[in-house]
Amino acid sequence: MDNAINFINAALFAGTPLLFGTLGELISEKAGCLNLGVEGMMWVGAFAGFFAALQTGSAMLSLLAAFGAAALCAAVYAFLTVTLRANQNVTGLTLTTFGVGLSLVLGSAMCQANGGAPNLPGSFRDKIAAFKIPIPGSGDDVVKLAVYPLTIFAIVLCISAAVFYKKTRHGLSVRASGENPAAADAAGVNVSAMKYASIILGGGICGIGGAFMSLVTANGAWMPAGIVNGFGWIAVALVIFVRWKPMLAILGAFVFGAFQSMRYYIPDSVISIPNAFYQMLPFVLTLIVLIVTSMRKSVHAGEPAAIGVNYYREER
Amino acid sequence: MKDLVHITKRPERSALSSLGLIAAALGLAIVAGGVFIALMRQNPLEVYAAIIKGAFVGSKRDPFSAIKSTVILFVPLLIVSLGLSLAFKMRFWNIGGEGQMMFGAIFATFFALNYSHLPHIVLVLLMFAASVVGGGLWGLIPALFRVKWSVNETLFTLMMNYVALYTIEFLQAGPWKRTPGFASIGSFDANVQLAKVGGVHVGWILALVLVVIVTVYMSRAKQGYEIAVVGESKATAHYAGMNVKKIVLRTMFISGAICGIAGMVQIAGSDNTLSTGLTGNAGFSGITVAWLAQLNPFAVAVISALFSILEKGSKTIPVDVMSKEAANVLQGILLFFFLGAEFFRRYSIKINLPQKQVRHIQKEEEHADG
Repeated sequence: MDNAINFINAALFAGTPLLFGTLGELISEKAGCLNLGVEGMMWVGAFAGFFAALQTGSAMLSLLAAFGAAALCAAVYAFLTVTLRANQNVTGLTLTTFGVGLSLVLGSAMCQANGGAPNLPGSFRDKIAAFKIPIPGSGDDVVKLAVYPLTIFAIVLCISAAVFYKKTRHGLSVRASGENPAAADAAGVNVSAMKYASIILGGGICGIGGAFMSLVTANGAWMPAGIVNGFGWIAVALVIFVRWKPMLAILGAFVFGAFQSMRYYIPDSVISIPNAFYQMLPFVLTLIVLIVTSMRKSVHAGEPAAIGVNYYREER
Repeated sequence: MKDLVHITKRPERSALSSLGLIAAALGLAIVAGGVFIALMRQNPLEVYAAIIKGAFVGSKRDPFSAIKSTVILFVPLLIVSLGLSLAFKMRFWNIGGEGQMMFGAIFATFFALNYSHLPHIVLVLLMFAASVVGGGLWGLIPALFRVKWSVNETLFTLMMNYVALYTIEFLQAGPWKRTPGFASIGSFDANVQLAKVGGVHVGWILALVLVVIVTVYMSRAKQGYEIAVVGESKATAHYAGMNVKKIVLRTMFISGAICGIAGMVQIAGSDNTLSTGLTGNAGFSGITVAWLAQLNPFAVAVISALFSILEKGSKTIPVDVMSKEAANVLQGILLFFFLGAEFFRRYSIKINLPQKQVRHIQKEEEHADG
C-alpha cells in the first residue's frame, strides 16, 4: 500500500511537467502548428522561472517569467511560420537549438556571477511545495499522497482547454483553422490570429512545465544537466498518444510519468526487463498509437488535418 | 477594399539578387548575435574573433589540432545532411537522422566487436555495408508505414530516434557491456580504427565523394529525377507512370543508409566506441543544414563547414566569458534570419497605402461640388 502511494506520487511528480508540455504543444497543434520547439521552450521556461524566483522570491512572478519568456520564443516561431510562412519543422527544431543553448548560456553566466550553482531558499520552495494528504489505512502517517499546486493548475488548464474546444465558438474557430484553414477563412475566421494566439499561449504553458522542473524537480538547485533533458520530446509524443484530446492528456501524462519511475517500483522478481526498455516504452507506445489510428483512418482520430502545413490564402 | 498588405509570389530572383539576400540575412544575424554577446557583457568582436581562432588556430605543439577537430565535427554533419537532402527533395520529412545514424553505428558495431580479427580493409568494408543496411532499414520502416497507411512521417521518424537511442543504452548495459561495473562497450580493437589521411580519419574523403555522388544522383540520374517529380506532385508522378510507392521506399532506404554511414564513420573514425552521444546532435542539425542549403549538395558542404566552425570555435571560449552552448544560440539566430529571408526570396510585398483612396474620394467630392 505504502509502495503504491509512493508510486502514484512519483507518477504525479514526473507527469506534471509532461502535462504542461503536452497541453502547450496540443494547443499549438490544434491550430495546425506542429511546433518542435517544445524542448527549447521548456528549457527557456526552466531558466526564466528559476532566475525570477532567485531574484524576487515570488512564486507568482517566477511562473509569469517562465510563461512570458517561453511565450516570447513561441512568438518568434509564430512570426516566422505564420507571417513569413517558414517551414514548421525547421523553425521548431531551430527554436529547440536556440532555447536549449540560451538557457545553458544564461544559466552558466548566472553560476559565474554567483560563484557556483545557486540554490533557491527554503522559504521559496515552501511556497510551491506539495499538499500532503494523509491516506487512511496506510501503515503510518509518514506516507501521504503528495499533490503539488502546479499539478492541480495543470489539470484545471486541461479541463478548461477541453471545454474551450468543445463548447465555445472560438474553440471551433481554432479547430477549423487546424483542420481546414481555407474553409475557416472563407467562413470569416481570422486564421492567422487563431494560429498566433494558439502558438503563443501553448508556448507559455510549455514554459511553466520547464519551470516546474527547475523549481521543483531539481529541488531548488540549478542543475542544467538534469532538468528538462528530453521531456519536451516526450511531450510531443504524448500529444499523439492522447489523440489531441486535452482530457486524455491528463491521464496520458501521468501514465508516461509512471513509466519514468516504474523501474524503481516493479521488483525484478515480477518483471525483469532492462532499464532501457522502460525508457523506450513511451516512444514505442506512441508509435503503436500512431500506426493503429492511421490504419483505422478514423475521422475521430483527432489529428488536425492541416497539421504542419502552412496556410496561404492565395493558394486556396 | 484591398488589403493593406498584399503578398504575391514573385518570379525567381536572379543569382545576384539571391546572393544579396543571403548576405543581408547573414549580416543581420551577425549583428543580432553581436547584440546577444553584448547583452552578456562581452565584446562581440572579441568573441567572434575567438570563435574563428578557436576553430582554426591550434596549439604550438600541433598547429593543425584545431582544424582537425573542426573537420571531425564536419564529416558526420555533412554526410547526414546529404542523406536527409534526398528525403526532403521528395518532401518526405525525415526527422530521423539521429536514429538512422545510430542504427548504422549499431550494425557496424556488431562486426567491430565480433570480427575484429579480419584484415582491416575487409572489416571496414563489412562495417560499411552493415551501416548501410542498418541505417537504410531504420529509414525504410517509416516509409513503409507512410505508403501503406499514410502514417505521418515527421512524427514517426522522430519517435524512431528515441527507440534507437535506448537500443544503444540497452546494448551498452547488457549484451555488449564489456567494462565491469560501468555500462559501456569499451574501446574497439585497434584494427577497427579508420586510417588517417592528412591527420584526420579517412571519413572526410568519403564525405566529399558523397557530395559528388549525391549531386550526380540528384541532377543526372533517372532516379533523382523521379524523386524531384514525386516531391513536386505525387499525382503528376503517378500519371507519368511512375511507381510512387517504390520511389518513396527506395529513396528513404538510401536516405537512411547515408545517415547510417555517418554513424559508422563517427564510431570507427572518431569515437572508437558505440555510445548514445555518437551523433553529437548531427541528425537534428543536418535537417537545418539541408534546408538552409536548399538541398544543394555543395551548399550543404559549405553550411556544414560553417556550423562546424561555430561549434568547434565556441568550445574554446573560456567559460567565464561564455559557455560553449553559445554556438547553439548563434546558430539559432543565424537560422531565424535565414528562415525569414526565405520569405523575401519567394514573395514580394505590396503595401496599398490608403492615401490613394482618400485622393480618389476627394476627386469625387470636387466633381460633386462642380
